[in-house]
Amino acid sequence: MALKMFQAQIKLLRFLFLLIVIYGEVEHVYGVWPMPQQITQSTERYLLNPRVFALSYANDSMAQSGCSVLDVAFKRYFKLIFPDFAHGTGGPGFTNIWSEPEPFTLVVSVRTGGCEGYPDEGSNESYNLTVSARQAALRAESVWGALRGLESFSQLVYQDDSSAYFVNKTEIEDYPRFQFRGLLLDTSRHYLPVNSILSTLDAMAYSKFNVFHWHIVDDPSFPYQSSTYPDLSNKGAFHPMTHIYTQSDVRRVIAHARLRGIRVLPEFDSPGHTLSWGKGQPDFLTPCYKGDVPSGSFGPLNPTLSSSYQFMSDLFKEVTSVFHDSHVHLGGDEVDFTCWKSNPKVQAFMAKMGFGSDYTKLESYYMENILNITAALNKISIVWQDVFDYHEHIPKDTVLEIWRGTPAEIRAELGRITLAGHRVLLSAPWYLNHISYGQDWRNAYTVQPQNFSGTEQQKELVIGGEVCMWGEYVDATNLVSRLWPRACAAAERLWSNEKKTSSVERAFPRLKDFRCTLVRRGIQAEPLFFGHCKHEYSGL
Amino acid sequence: MTSLIHDASAALTERPSGHTSQLSEQGKAVRMRALTLLGLGTLFLTTSCKDSHIDNLEERSRLSDEVSLWPLPQQFQTSPVAFKLSASRFKIVHAPGSTAGPSCSLLQNAFRRYFKYIFGYVNEQGQPRSRVFDSELRELQVLITSTDPECDAYPSLKTDESCKFAVVFLTAFVVVFVVLGLETFSQLVYEDDYGVNNINKTSILDYPRFSHRGILLDTSRHYLPLKVILANLEVMAMNKFNVFHWHIVDDSSFPFLSRTFPNLSQQGAYHPYTHVYTPVDVKSVIEFARMRGIRVIAEFDTPGHTQSWGKGQTDLLTPCYSGSSPSGTFGPVNPILNSTYDFMTSFFKEISSVFADAYIHLGGDEVDFSCWKSNPDIQKFMEQQGFGQDYSKLESYYIQRLLDIVSSTKKGYMVWQEVFDNEVKLKGDTQIHVWKMNPQYQDEMARVTAAGFHTLLSSPWYLNRISYGQDWQDIYRVDPQSFNGTPEQKKLVIGGEACLWGEYVDATNLTPRLWPRASAVAERLWSDENVKDIGSAYSRLEKHRCHMVRRGIPAEPLFVGHCGHEYSGL
Repeated sequence: MALKMFQAQIKLLRFLFLLIVIYGEVEHVYGVWPMPQQITQSTERYLLNPRVFALSYANDSMAQSGCSVLDVAFKRYFKLIFPDFAHGTGGPGFTNIWSEPEPFTLVVSVRTGGCEGYPDEGSNESYNLTVSARQAALRAESVWGALRGLESFSQLVYQDDSSAYFVNKTEIEDYPRFQFRGLLLDTSRHYLPVNSILSTLDAMAYSKFNVFHWHIVDDPSFPYQSSTYPDLSNKGAFHPMTHIYTQSDVRRVIAHARLRGIRVLPEFDSPGHTLSWGKGQPDFLTPCYKGDVPSGSFGPLNPTLSSSYQFMSDLFKEVTSVFHDSHVHLGGDEVDFTCWKSNPKVQAFMAKMGFGSDYTKLESYYMENILNITAALNKISIVWQDVFDYHEHIPKDTVLEIWRGTPAEIRAELGRITLAGHRVLLSAPWYLNHISYGQDWRNAYTVQPQNFSGTEQQKELVIGGEVCMWGEYVDATNLVSRLWPRACAAAERLWSNEKKTSSVERAFPRLKDFRCTLVRRGIQAEPLFFGHCKHEYSGL
Repeated sequence: MTSLIHDASAALTERPSGHTSQLSEQGKAVRMRALTLLGLGTLFLTTSCKDSHIDNLEERSRLSDEVSLWPLPQQFQTSPVAFKLSASRFKIVHAPGSTAGPSCSLLQNAFRRYFKYIFGYVNEQGQPRSRVFDSELRELQVLITSTDPECDAYPSLKTDESCKFAVVFLTAFVVVFVVLGLETFSQLVYEDDYGVNNINKTSILDYPRFSHRGILLDTSRHYLPLKVILANLEVMAMNKFNVFHWHIVDDSSFPFLSRTFPNLSQQGAYHPYTHVYTPVDVKSVIEFARMRGIRVIAEFDTPGHTQSWGKGQTDLLTPCYSGSSPSGTFGPVNPILNSTYDFMTSFFKEISSVFADAYIHLGGDEVDFSCWKSNPDIQKFMEQQGFGQDYSKLESYYIQRLLDIVSSTKKGYMVWQEVFDNEVKLKGDTQIHVWKMNPQYQDEMARVTAAGFHTLLSSPWYLNRISYGQDWQDIYRVDPQSFNGTPEQKKLVIGGEACLWGEYVDATNLTPRLWPRASAVAERLWSDENVKDIGSAYSRLEKHRCHMVRRGIPAEPLFVGHCGHEYSGL
């Protein structure tokens, strides 16, 4: 008798609790960053209990248990969805008293398999997500889309003041605006420990970036340990043992990126920016002359020697087999002609080739040879805009990357490159290594990549953009906080609908929230302005 | 051996001050004697009070470039003769005859801390095989010569003045605090190609140029976890900063948990439990700082910058009016109510006992008059007092009463420059904190010192302001005494502070944003005014930042390059 009464009381209390849950104050609709193409949310919300929450494959899914990408993603996202649970506490005790835990399942359905492949150009990242009572359905064309959907779902889950987890009834239909959403790290000006790179990849996945542009070598150091030319890092790295990336390091980065749907695009920039190469590869750089004697200093790669091309061919043979991506970045920027001009052998070569005194022709000659080398290796090349600026005949499939200029100059360049039928990437407005006082994320947010005069076909040749974090003043000590959440602004610009995300003011509170999500996930993302996160960063 | 040590130290302490030629003569004698001792593997670090003389500057910079001391000592000599240090044999001990002994916990802690910094990275090797080195340094002896070693005292403004420097003979230092000397000593130790710790025969005489070398952290605009504050005190010690200016509350939040008025943080903090500093937290900050010779000066800024106070203390702030009715918003502290002054009396009574330092920073900056102007009660009060329309008179009225309240707690006070600008009547020992860029801070320093007040500079050292590139160079070029004034005026400059305001800074980015940029301020405030060569500074600072990184501090890079041991604390 007493027990029955108790049960009745419990039922009543549960009912009351349900009312509170459903009609309780909804502070604001918890957003997703970057903003999905279509999202509808209601105030109806469901309590999630980590003990009875499951991620599973739908019956009709082409990917099933054993799918490497998604199996690992399920594990990863469970921890991201329930951050307290991951720390060993299972959420508040009262949920067990007030309501019997209601199971909730996130069912994932993928239309095509490809679980063991690598994300690449043309990977389909679209997904649909329906969150309703007791279950959420995530449908995607590919596993890469499923990853994006899992990320969105994890951002929909929130905790109230008593730390209980909730998700609101939600409909999302989502796909990226641009297929190429990149982030460049420079591991030459400062060496970045592998851990820094891996945690950057984590944060990239949270913002739905999908290309890691690895500017791996440059003038100051050559940390890439080549199996064909080990002397390059033996002599060209800051330290031959501690400041290098071994082949297994590179594989680890690629594997970590693949599991997050991120492509790894290596850049081996030449013929300029190669001083560190010269230390381990004799006769590779052009000896500069003072009058008619060598001055002892060196300039860009020596384009007059056939040994240079043999070397580059061997190196790229290795590089293109180590890196899986269909694209490779060849650099080609900022070539200083003074050293070439000073060298009598280069002068003789110029005369022989009939280049006159136009050294851009020599540079073109070099780039043409390199482009042929990579084409023969079945790779599509990406080069900095300089190559387009002085060269009329580059392969049609070569992608140009814009890195400099005033807004007007950038618009003009976008017009010219796309008119010539080339695909183009924009990074000039997103040089995030440039810092200034205040909320400069606003500038990064208001970029309009397709705002230039040109036809619709021309606009479509803009395949995306890149955030660049050049390394002059950045290493593992300040990389993360300098990059995040400023890079998130570009992430939304590259993923979301521009019309729906045109207001900086509306983005501000969402980005503030998202920054706290990043901090909660252990990413040292700096604050946008004064205020606080419920869980502050607890590292140093 | 004991008697030799005793003789040497006696010779040093008995030497009259102000005779620099004598000093170098006697120094030579001491060095000779110490050289004999060095054969036995002993090194002395002693403190005593002396004046200075300066070596050939160029030579000193060149030498210090090799060993990368930061900030650069006043006087420095080194030789290529090197000694090895073994982690299993090297000890830091109290010298016979020292007035401080094992009961001095400040020193014991410092010994352990610096031993770890010097040897902490060396792998434990078990039982070392017996080996004999040509020359090995076995001991660092610390000799305190003053009758009261002040082991349990709090550092004060006076400490630096009364004890200008100490002499270390042999590979030796002169330090204000042993802690500072240990820092210098640890910077002298370097790893050779075999990974063995070495130290060169070195002799240093050192003392700070300015007595107030501060860092301001703002824990109101963003809450800073205790761990971050303590870590930065640790880095401050590495840079010989000696004042932590704790801008603890402001408009945004009130994280200080007051025993007398617990509602202030209960209502005014970002969160009443997770975003507050309890009395225990505050105590631990003060003690941690004391162990490193750092003063903690708390700032409770009024009458402006007090929005967060109003949440937990009704009627403290001025209600603003829109026309003839209250608008619902609040302005600065209400200066016309007696309850305001009663509150301040109780509040500052608590503050003066919680914070041990002899000084409190009272703020007084950026008071916005628009709310006062809108309030009819204030208007009436202005009329009664005959202030006319001059609201700065009302501000002065408030500050005056506040200063009287604080004076009664026997504390000295620091204020931001506006208080001086508004001609508030100030006690003679008031320190005026110059922070504005406009009007030019040089002119303000001249005016303040002409009026006979002590002053310190922050205007060019707002390190929260960032820009692309090596802005530490501009920070470094500043000189706090470069204004038009008499030598007497210049002497009134007690130093400066690097400020890291919190609008865009919290635990995620504070440390790399502050260091090593603040190190540039550290050298300006510590080293001789002629130490200003950017090239020398760059090469030393680059190494110093790697020192900090090696010790686990994420100090950001100056430019392209690398450290032997990169930051790995992700």
